[in-house]
Amino acid sequence: MDTKKTIPFSGTKEQEEQLKAAIDERKAEKGALMPILQKAQEIYGYLPIEVQTLISDYMEIPMEKIYGVATFYSQFNLSPKGKYRVSVCLGTACYVKGSGDIYEKLQTLLGIKGGECTPDGKFSLDACRCVGACGLAPVVMVNDDVHGKLTVDDVERIIAQYQ
Amino acid sequence: MEMVTIKINGSDVLAPKGSTILEAARSAHIEIPTLCYLKGINEIGACRICVVEVKGARSLVAACMYPIDEGMEIRTNTPQVVDARRKTLQLILSDHNRSCLSCVRSGACELQQLCKQYKVEDERFYEGERTEFAIDKTAAHMYRDNSKCILCRRCIAACEQQAIGVIGANDRGFAASVGCAFDMGLGETSCVSCGQCIAVCPTGALSEKDYTNEVNAAIASDKVVVVQVAPAVRAGLGESFGLPIGTDVEGKLAAALRRLGFDKVFDTNFSADLTIMEEATEFLERVKGGGTLPMITSCSPGWVKYCEHYFPDLLEHLSSCKSPQQMFGAIAKSYYAQKLGIKPQDMVVVSVMPCTAKKFEIGRDDQSATGVPDVDIAITTRELARMIEQAGIKFTELPDETFDEPMGLSTGAATIFGVTGGVMEAALRTAVETLTGETLANLDFTDVRGVKGIKEAAYDVAGMKVKVAVASGLANAKELLTKVRNGEADYHFIEIMACPGGCVNGGGQPLQTAGVRNFTDIRAERAKVLYSEDKARPLRKSHENPDIQTLYKEFLGEPGGHKAHELLHTSYVKRKVNASK
Repeated sequence: MDTKKTIPFSGTKEQEEQLKAAIDERKAEKGALMPILQKAQEIYGYLPIEVQTLISDYMEIPMEKIYGVATFYSQFNLSPKGKYRVSVCLGTACYVKGSGDIYEKLQTLLGIKGGECTPDGKFSLDACRCVGACGLAPVVMVNDDVHGKLTVDDVERIIAQYQ
Repeated sequence: MEMVTIKINGSDVLAPKGSTILEAARSAHIEIPTLCYLKGINEIGACRICVVEVKGARSLVAACMYPIDEGMEIRTNTPQVVDARRKTLQLILSDHNRSCLSCVRSGACELQQLCKQYKVEDERFYEGERTEFAIDKTAAHMYRDNSKCILCRRCIAACEQQAIGVIGANDRGFAASVGCAFDMGLGETSCVSCGQCIAVCPTGALSEKDYTNEVNAAIASDKVVVVQVAPAVRAGLGESFGLPIGTDVEGKLAAALRRLGFDKVFDTNFSADLTIMEEATEFLERVKGGGTLPMITSCSPGWVKYCEHYFPDLLEHLSSCKSPQQMFGAIAKSYYAQKLGIKPQDMVVVSVMPCTAKKFEIGRDDQSATGVPDVDIAITTRELARMIEQAGIKFTELPDETFDEPMGLSTGAATIFGVTGGVMEAALRTAVETLTGETLANLDFTDVRGVKGIKEAAYDVAGMKVKVAVASGLANAKELLTKVRNGEADYHFIEIMACPGGCVNGGGQPLQTAGVRNFTDIRAERAKVLYSEDKARPLRKSHENPDIQTLYKEFLGEPGGHKAHELLHTSYVKRKVNASK
């Protein structure tokens, strides 16, 4: 499977109670799965197998139903986000300026694929669409910092700033 | 029913209002192709292969979903329609593993048939990026090869209809695929191995694990190879050789097995009679001794696994009887091996089953009465058809032969095991006569017959009211069991079969295309075979089977006795719905 379990799950009893309360509130509604998953992601930050198992057991619905929804919508994450969220713009302008190669380089350097998080919880990597800074293409964002006009050779230096 | 007149390809057609264009056309002898549509199971209008022209409509419409109305004018075969269907096929093929020469479904593949029908021949549509998948081999009974999947979602609907839902559509767009949560293997989930997904797959994406090579190797070895055939196989196998649905091929089946080289050709019906002896005894003991009631049958391994995963708190209700397949193996490797003067290790028991879950069952714990597995290889009806074909045996030309002695003789009660309600009826015939000590005037318990999902009946037996229920299809089983769990049902005896309609519609039976399944109730047609066999048998009650009587006299002792328990009974395990991490 693509999504490696890079970080051990560290959910608390409180989070579980919170999620169960949220499910109880919406259980009777038709089409309640989406809002429940949004709430679960709000509580845990992502939807790992432990969280989906909990929802499946508690709602008595197949886990595959949950997983199908969670992998269909890009708003849901199966991996946690790192302390530093690295987003590579793959919008048209950035892409023609070579952001695809930068994205590749980041995956190699961090040892993870897009959508994943490093085992130390420091960096997560995602591709994103236009961030509205096409004049600076290609653009990489790390949390709220914008790094523009990059080449593949700049990647190591940028990551080093956050080590 | 209100009828409306419509025009199909220029001719007037009278059809019920509200029926679909697909149904109306079929009644006028025109088959509109389908891929995703399966009546009552998958009605989503997604694949667009059934599109037709409707006068006045903005675009082509999906015939499988579009209801007809008075005066509607439909064209099913215009160049525009044909072109649209061909494009759909080309798009499917552009991401399809076209290894048709070696594919298990070659010749019977719905996609292949359509490509031929629509002359899809332009190779340039087939080049481009492909999704890549590893074949899922984790389940005991089947393979999933997503490189041949066309995303019709029929398997997903079939799995949901069984109240399991371990497969679904994951990801989206080009990356979309059918699979399990977190891309787990099927064998890691609560899949019960019923094989209903295989039965509805239009291509070779889903297939049973084929053990025909292993069977041929066993036959070629020095070991004594005995084969047993489940009742439902004789009601289905003919279809693999072009015979109409509902043809009884029992005689030819025995003849074919003999020509394949099995040392002894026996019948699972024999051990179905044995199952009734044990199960009826267990039932009467529970009734008299205050045991757990309702007692629930345990012949269907898909059902047993379902109970273990979803109702582990009700396992006490399951009869401890092994299934007829396993009882057969246990007796073959003890009683019959002793008769031959050989060790159980020197015997190979092969079973031919309408069922894929039987492949899982042979590997279960507590199914090795003689220290070696009761059954060595379980193959499906489809695999047997493959063996017969490969051996060049002209099945339809074969004479009718009979099964060998001493494990080939059976009663009508055993035959109906293959259809929903059959085990109940067979058990009632024996239990009622045992309780009353009188001969039954009428052997037909018609209340428990038929393809209805849940059937109930009550009988007055020796001053006691016996309430029974029968369910087939696991969604129906779930409904019934929920009542039992909540204390809302006061049944004494319940029969459950995992597959809708019972074993005749098992996941290992010959495949019928959606075009056939949508307009024929194959369950009812195959069931008729077994009921007429029952009617024609000179003996119709399990306890009257003379070879079963001999078996108890010579070897087992009493039904439910010590030796019977050692060989013929088993135990169950609690499982979880979601594998614990």
